[in-house]
Amino acid sequence: MKSDHARVVRTRVEFEGEITDELALIQGDDVEAWPEGAALEKVGRPTPRIDGASKVTGRARYTHDLRLPGMLHVRILRSPYARARVRRIDASQALALAGVRGVLHRFNAPKAAFRGEETIFRDEVRFVGDEVAAVAATSEEIAAQALRLITVDYEVLPHVVDLEEAMDDASPRIDEKGNVEEAAKHERGDVAGALREADVVVEATYRTSTQLHNSFETHGAVATWDGDLLTVHESTQHVFGVRQGLQAALRIPYGKIRVLCENMGGGFGSKGGVGKYTIIAALFARELGLPVRCVLDRGEENLAAGNRSATLQRVSVAVKGGRITALAHDSWSNAGQGRWVADPTGPTKGLYDVPNVRARSYKVMANTGSLSAFRAPGYVEGTFALEAAIDEAADRARIDPLELRRRHAAGEHDPMSGLRYSLKRLIDCYDIGAKEIGWSRRKPGGLRGSAPGTRRGLGMASQLWGGSGLPPAYAMVHLNPDGTAVARIGTQDIGTGTRTIIAQICAEELGIDVDAVRVEIGDTDSPYAPISAGSLTVSSIGPAVRLAARDAREQLLEIAAGIMEVPKTELRMQRGSIGARGALRSIAKVFEDLQNYTVIGRGARMPNPEDVSMKTFGAHFAEVEVDPRTGEVTVERVVAVHDIGRVIDPLTARSQVQGGVIQALGFALTEERHVDRATGRVLSTSLEIYKVPTVKDVPKIVVRFVDVPDTEANNIGAKGLGEPPIIPTAGAIANAVSNALGIRVRHLPLTPRRLLQLVAAAEAEGAGGRGAARPS
Amino acid sequence: MLGPGAADVAFEVNGHPASVHVPPHHTLLDALRDELGLTGAKRVCDEGTCGACTVLVDGRPTYSCMTLAVACEGRSIETVEGLAHDGQLDPVQQAFIATDAYQCGFCTPGQIMSVVALLRANKAPTAEDVHRAVAGNLCRCGAYPGIVEAALRAARARRR
Repeated sequence: MKSDHARVVRTRVEFEGEITDELALIQGDDVEAWPEGAALEKVGRPTPRIDGASKVTGRARYTHDLRLPGMLHVRILRSPYARARVRRIDASQALALAGVRGVLHRFNAPKAAFRGEETIFRDEVRFVGDEVAAVAATSEEIAAQALRLITVDYEVLPHVVDLEEAMDDASPRIDEKGNVEEAAKHERGDVAGALREADVVVEATYRTSTQLHNSFETHGAVATWDGDLLTVHESTQHVFGVRQGLQAALRIPYGKIRVLCENMGGGFGSKGGVGKYTIIAALFARELGLPVRCVLDRGEENLAAGNRSATLQRVSVAVKGGRITALAHDSWSNAGQGRWVADPTGPTKGLYDVPNVRARSYKVMANTGSLSAFRAPGYVEGTFALEAAIDEAADRARIDPLELRRRHAAGEHDPMSGLRYSLKRLIDCYDIGAKEIGWSRRKPGGLRGSAPGTRRGLGMASQLWGGSGLPPAYAMVHLNPDGTAVARIGTQDIGTGTRTIIAQICAEELGIDVDAVRVEIGDTDSPYAPISAGSLTVSSIGPAVRLAARDAREQLLEIAAGIMEVPKTELRMQRGSIGARGALRSIAKVFEDLQNYTVIGRGARMPNPEDVSMKTFGAHFAEVEVDPRTGEVTVERVVAVHDIGRVIDPLTARSQVQGGVIQALGFALTEERHVDRATGRVLSTSLEIYKVPTVKDVPKIVVRFVDVPDTEANNIGAKGLGEPPIIPTAGAIANAVSNALGIRVRHLPLTPRRLLQLVAAAEAEGAGGRGAARPS
Repeated sequence: MLGPGAADVAFEVNGHPASVHVPPHHTLLDALRDELGLTGAKRVCDEGTCGACTVLVDGRPTYSCMTLAVACEGRSIETVEGLAHDGQLDPVQQAFIATDAYQCGFCTPGQIMSVVALLRANKAPTAEDVHRAVAGNLCRCGAYPGIVEAALRAARARRR
């Protein structure tokens, strides 16, 4: 069945909202996708995680948990200034402390390339938390003590940390070219004309705050050298990315680097590659000849491990004749010291069929830590602004906001590329969600709440994202003579249940139990797999796993045909047995005489089809109760409906949606990094001050899937789910609050203080709260 | 180093006697993870805000990062590693698997210990009781619905 020759193909890939053409090396041939309604036994069935027992017993080993003999511990000295030149460092007292084994800083560290810079310790530190020096010692405690003995002579330079201050021409320029740089733009149709001729125009400014990932396992690595072989354990979303980063930093061959990640305690986009802590651990380990652990603490995690950019967004919506005729969206994101920026205008450009669109987005530099991808970067922020503006336009035009969206949601072609969608069930999402939440109860101006003085509202928002996956990704499946299998692939499980998905797909193809498949991942000595980000894991590796399992099965049947003296075409594999016309024989029985025979199946992810646009869609509906006297918003119910192609494991899929909604709840109502403008210090560096949702904040969450396979996308018909469920929730909540109070919500998180300010402003305008309240 | 030096502390861990030699400012979490190799309890905030380090001390759910090891002399400590018996998972552990009450799993040991303590004190908890019991256990992945479901399911299983 297989043409084994390797070949290079061009393939269109989408990652974090960016579409590019890339080359990919592939082998073999694809198979048809399982059709809609296919009788599958493992795929699509709720399947508890195969690694569940390790997680509930404490056996699951994370990078944090590694204790290697002789292991040294690193603590990092971080800049107390938002911007300063490091003139001199005296580490002699630190080195004299018993237990200290080494100190690295800019005057003694070897060159190590990191994200376009030549060294990991900058001469000009650019945010509070920037790495200045690192100490390796026999205990973390001694290393921390040693940090206090290092004296650094800083020349303090002018800084700016706030997004809108950084945009101001009068603020310090922290980049020669200025602090603001255009990052993306798009224009179609005649926006100015449509705005001029509109019946209703909404123009509003939206603000979102910096959200911190706060992965529970902080960033960290343990490095050890065995001769010239470097082994690194890292809490990462991409073992191969870490390997590549180490290769670039240390200039050693890939063959001399092995990166491992058995389990990881959350990443949410922030653990996409090598960190300075990884390089520091590797440098110390090489120099000192011992394993070295460098793990950030909670405070550092919130200073120097990435964030979702704060944004300032201006959105205009034109409505004429009951339809949206134009959208304009300008967005500025605080990238901190990041070298890229997410694009909040993505949903504006691609979500709705609107003929006239203008979008521009800008990266703004500031003296704060780099942004990093945070679960649907840009789209969470942008969807809030877009959907709040569309809601306001619908209210002003006296059209039901869901109805207005329906008029622009049925298009079968991607407005950006003009390509036909492989599958789009956004209208189904609306139908399912509206019924489930009871949308017909929604009234302009909201409903009475459950207690005197409270108000109740309904709101919704739509979701657009990619998630179609990409090559290259390779898998190997070893089938043992007893009918058990081992799947090996260089992906990693960031908490989404990747091992289980792999086992289900293998078991499906091989006709064996899910339990009979062991899954080995998180190791760069396995075949390559892409980063676990961009909602692309399942749709990238799943098809490769299927082909590898199928390859193993075909080989097995070939051999079985010989042994059983039955033509291969008559043989079937099911429930751990091979058989023909009713006569089944267990795999173990068939291979009795071939004791240690191992069947090795290989599979590669095939290129994406060129002629279609593959997206994921969804809609969230929220019901809230608001107390305008206290400013408290209680989200009572969220209905989350997603169109992601085939659902492989409904059990873990449900968890992902619930998790996305809950993280979005924090973004909408409570999560906000506070930075002191005068000093540049982050004030919210603990989980006491930075408020992530608790069990008591969680609404009733109803999860629904359209669950129709995208048979054009890939051979398993699945697309990604990691990011879609965090995208529309904040917009739905903001719109529900606006519905409840008749006040427009334009600044997140909507804390009680901000809501009270909105209520006060609306009362001051004396219009009973209707219409245009000022953003706080 | 100021203050008194390291001292021997003896306690019971998961039904077995254990002793550690620790400085007086080291926490129970330090002792469990670094001295005894019990890494189920996790260090997430290290200041008593997240609950990932929750263990039972004389049956009470306790933040081990906020408990000095020397204060545990003579006490009985239970960690997530001690729940399964003869390869048989505790009903709470089984329920966590069945309801998918985790994603990354990092907060899971703490969540489980809080639920175990609840079910010992309350055979038929309501969802509200569960909320109260795990209100001090944060989960960044947002596995809360599954956790509440798991607690109620385990309580039902125990009653049968």
